[in-house]
Amino acid sequence: MQDRKIVKITGTAVALRGNEIDTDRIMPARFLRSVSFDGLGEHVFASDREECKRNGEVHPFDDATRFEATVLFVNKNFGCGSSREHAPQGIKRWKKGIRAIVGESFGEIFFGNCLANGIPCLTADEAGIAKLQQAARDPKLEFRVDLETMTVGFGAESVPVTLPASARIALMEARWDATVELLHARDKIAERAAKLPYFRNWAAP
Amino acid sequence: MGQTLYAKVFDLHKVQTLPSGQTQLFIGLHLINDITSPQGFALLRDKGLGVLYPERSFAVVDHMNPTTTLLRPFRTEIAEIMASEVEKNCAKYGIRYLSPAKGESGIAHLVGPELGLTQPGMTVCCGDSHTSTHGAFGAIAYGIGASQMCDILATQTMAIAKLKVRRIEISGRLGPGVYAKDVSLYLIRKLGVNAGVGFAYEYAGNVIDEMSMEERMTICNLSVEGGARCGYINPDQTTFDYLKGREYAPKAAQWDAAVAYWKSIASDADAVYDDVVRIDAKDIEPTVTWGVNPGQSIPVGGAIPQISDFSEEEQLVARDALAHMQFEPGAVLRGKRIDVAFIGSCTNGRFSDFEEVALKLKAGDFKVAAHVKALIVPGSQRVRRELIEHGYDKVFEAAGFAFREPGCSMCLGMNDDQLVGDQLCASASNRNFKGRQGSATGRTLLMSPVMVAAAAIRGEVADAREVFSIS
Repeated sequence: MQDRKIVKITGTAVALRGNEIDTDRIMPARFLRSVSFDGLGEHVFASDREECKRNGEVHPFDDATRFEATVLFVNKNFGCGSSREHAPQGIKRWKKGIRAIVGESFGEIFFGNCLANGIPCLTADEAGIAKLQQAARDPKLEFRVDLETMTVGFGAESVPVTLPASARIALMEARWDATVELLHARDKIAERAAKLPYFRNWAAP
Repeated sequence: MGQTLYAKVFDLHKVQTLPSGQTQLFIGLHLINDITSPQGFALLRDKGLGVLYPERSFAVVDHMNPTTTLLRPFRTEIAEIMASEVEKNCAKYGIRYLSPAKGESGIAHLVGPELGLTQPGMTVCCGDSHTSTHGAFGAIAYGIGASQMCDILATQTMAIAKLKVRRIEISGRLGPGVYAKDVSLYLIRKLGVNAGVGFAYEYAGNVIDEMSMEERMTICNLSVEGGARCGYINPDQTTFDYLKGREYAPKAAQWDAAVAYWKSIASDADAVYDDVVRIDAKDIEPTVTWGVNPGQSIPVGGAIPQISDFSEEEQLVARDALAHMQFEPGAVLRGKRIDVAFIGSCTNGRFSDFEEVALKLKAGDFKVAAHVKALIVPGSQRVRRELIEHGYDKVFEAAGFAFREPGCSMCLGMNDDQLVGDQLCASASNRNFKGRQGSATGRTLLMSPVMVAAAAIRGEVADAREVFSIS
């Protein structure tokens, strides 16, 4: 499997407003009834989208002018709740595929699942997110997510964003798919395990 | 300078610092379930890898099985397919499958402790956010996704950054009718649903010290609802007494060495924390949620806040929640007619949860209201057996509750146990998210098991202290 360096993501955006959008809403449990992640892109936010339809509204993920979007703007605690990786997998597989998420804060497990899929979850302050969501009213406006300068730019403007150093390095140096790196340490793993009393079945070292 | 349990256990399991700065962390116990593991194994196969330490993983079917019978094949085809997938993967990689046929199955977060697999000073992972439950034993327990599951299968390690630690001290005395569930719902409301992001929660104080292991599991289980990926309690005599004699617990010859290790990893008296929160137990009341996240709750006698009581940005969340719940600001929940009552889940599906309810029911002539569908779903086969041994199944059935086989069931409605339409459910589970219980328009009120029983009997949200004369 070839890793990719993730430094700059350029594309149009889709904005979802509201705090505490949990992973049950991102990918309702009925779509977890499958042994693979295939086809999850269609079901992302399924219940919210149905609710919008019932109310005669258009959910941003049903808005045809957004189908090319690769950047997602959200508010606080996005992706809280269940650990289901189906949530980021659905976002990654929706239409063209979301490649970066920018929000005020993220659920911890969701953040890790996104990172493992090479999707940065960048944090901006409330004013920054408001500015980005406002600018994203224009479905054709292009945004530039830049992990080098840690900014999200559009037109002549830019909003500062943050990302924990380890996640930033993992993405920029194509280390986000950790498996291979973890595997390299086979000897160190065995050494560490042998130091754990329970692993030794409580025998003296 | 003293250290926290979190720091000690994390450092003991640290294989190395990765070039990104993350830690490669050894995982002592990996639990596997039916809905999140197929993709983990698929990733493993895609990468052409095997399982490094199969003896450190244990698998269950808990999310999708029916609760009417555990006999195979399951009536729902996809449930059968996913259960078979777990069995196939276990057989292929030599992983121990905890089989319903042998009576050892149940929700992963119940079975791990019951078998003595979960132990102090361990790292525990499972593809389920409520893995935080295992922290009750003084373990560091994280919920993970499929990618990290693949990493753990292949290497028994995962890449993770160290968390900060917040100590939450709960002191004083809980009032009558106030349970562990109420303590957690209070904490989540007080601190906020995202306050725990970036933190491990260490629960302490005399209220926690005096709790049973089952109550402690409820507390740690709900850490994730407050945003904390893991929560833990320092091991003590209560922990050791619980573990002694369990199938996978250290045996006679090793016991003393184990206890010495377990004592050594507890937080030092002079440990330094990133944050400390102090809670007075007397402020906690029997609690009910009114919204669509576990932080949106009120004492059972209280009223839903007015929109103006919220900060400007929280007003949107509150309005959205009230619209879904079909409640008005300022409304009182007590007296709201319910349709369904559910007692079970990894939060409140343990023996003592049900025993507490059974004893209340036995003390009077209580019957479930005619219009309420009421379910008792034990968290594991062992819990179910023990309830039957005590005759509590008869108590529940005589009162009008259905007494089912174990599983996650209506907590997330992935099997046949689902809300219909906009039914209102009094639930002893952990999430009141929109659509959580299987119907997109379904509505959930989180509360303690005894409060659910009170609601089932009255047919409406009720104060269990009045219904069961608790004082």
